Amino acid sequence: MALPSLEHFSYKDYDTFYEPSDDTYLLLDALDADRRFLADTVQPSVCLEIGPGSGAITTALATLLAEERGFSLMLAVDINASAATATAATAAANSVTLPVEVVQGDLANALERGLSGRVDVLVFNPPYVPTPPEEVGTQDIAAAWAGGRRGREVIDRVLPQAAALLSNKGVFYLVVVQENRPQEIMSVMKGLGLSGQTACTRRAKNELLSILKFTKAPP
Amino acid sequence: MRLLTHNVLRCAIKGVEEGYPLSIEASEVQMEESPFRPDFVKHIAPTLNWPALRQAVKQVGLPEDMLPEAVSDALLGDEAFLRALHRVLMDVHVVAGALVCPESGRRFPIAHGIPDMMIAEGECPRDDK
Repeated sequence: MALPSLEHFSYKDYDTFYEPSDDTYLLLDALDADRRFLADTVQPSVCLEIGPGSGAITTALATLLAEERGFSLMLAVDINASAATATAATAAANSVTLPVEVVQGDLANALERGLSGRVDVLVFNPPYVPTPPEEVGTQDIAAAWAGGRRGREVIDRVLPQAAALLSNKGVFYLVVVQENRPQEIMSVMKGLGLSGQTACTRRAKNELLSILKFTKAPP
Repeated sequence: MRLLTHNVLRCAIKGVEEGYPLSIEASEVQMEESPFRPDFVKHIAPTLNWPALRQAVKQVGLPEDMLPEAVSDALLGDEAFLRALHRVLMDVHVVAGALVCPESGRRFPIAHGIPDMMIAEGECPRDDK
């Protein structure tokens, strides 16, 4: 599956939000590989992407679902105002037919209670790069990558939100690197009632990237 | 911001218990017709906060009687009702204005259809941890 068109951006725009890179492509491939599962089994009516950046993944997922005759509300929430605007622009530039709704906010804080147990597809490509903790929590481009200690500070805030948001048939895709300790993340999620697996792994430059995929564990 | 989105947004600042429903102060509203998807509307209807939706309808300047006081199973089989609900949820766009928390009075601006739900550091519930 091709990346959506991003021709409406100039290289300067990527000073203000994240330019799709190897992590984005791996996530795209994981969603595309799950095309049948998403369209036939999950049949989402509410999708949420946390931290959409350029909006490439939200637009790609909307396009994929539309191709499979699905219909879902596509919500996207980003802490960075430029990324929020970019996400809406990418959906418009690619003539997405599904309703795309963009909110500027800190993770799912403003949505968590209202969408509790209602999100069928949750996607998060987090700031996973290990950095000094003081680099975490900005609202600019650094928010796209600065992950603090072990690259886990933002991820760890999202895990309980993800568990609360997912519907019974819901699925959560999370991008991680090896330094984030994926096995430990899976064990945290198990404690929150979600079972995880590694959907795919790829080495890209200096990163060993994986897509973790979580579903509600059977009771 | 569609009214479907408004229906799930909350004020998440410290000390606010419900922070819901947010009042809409709309300075620009656009109506944009979209394809009617009855299955989607039927699926979403039972998950809606109905009083919040009715309040939103009024606040964006639509006729109050556009939606009934409550939703019922019988109504979910009524195409005219589903079409009206579709229109309310999907076709009304609050392009500019603000959302106001009923408890704290905190204002969240809406610009270019995007509500800014960001809160300041001192307002974060997790600051206490």
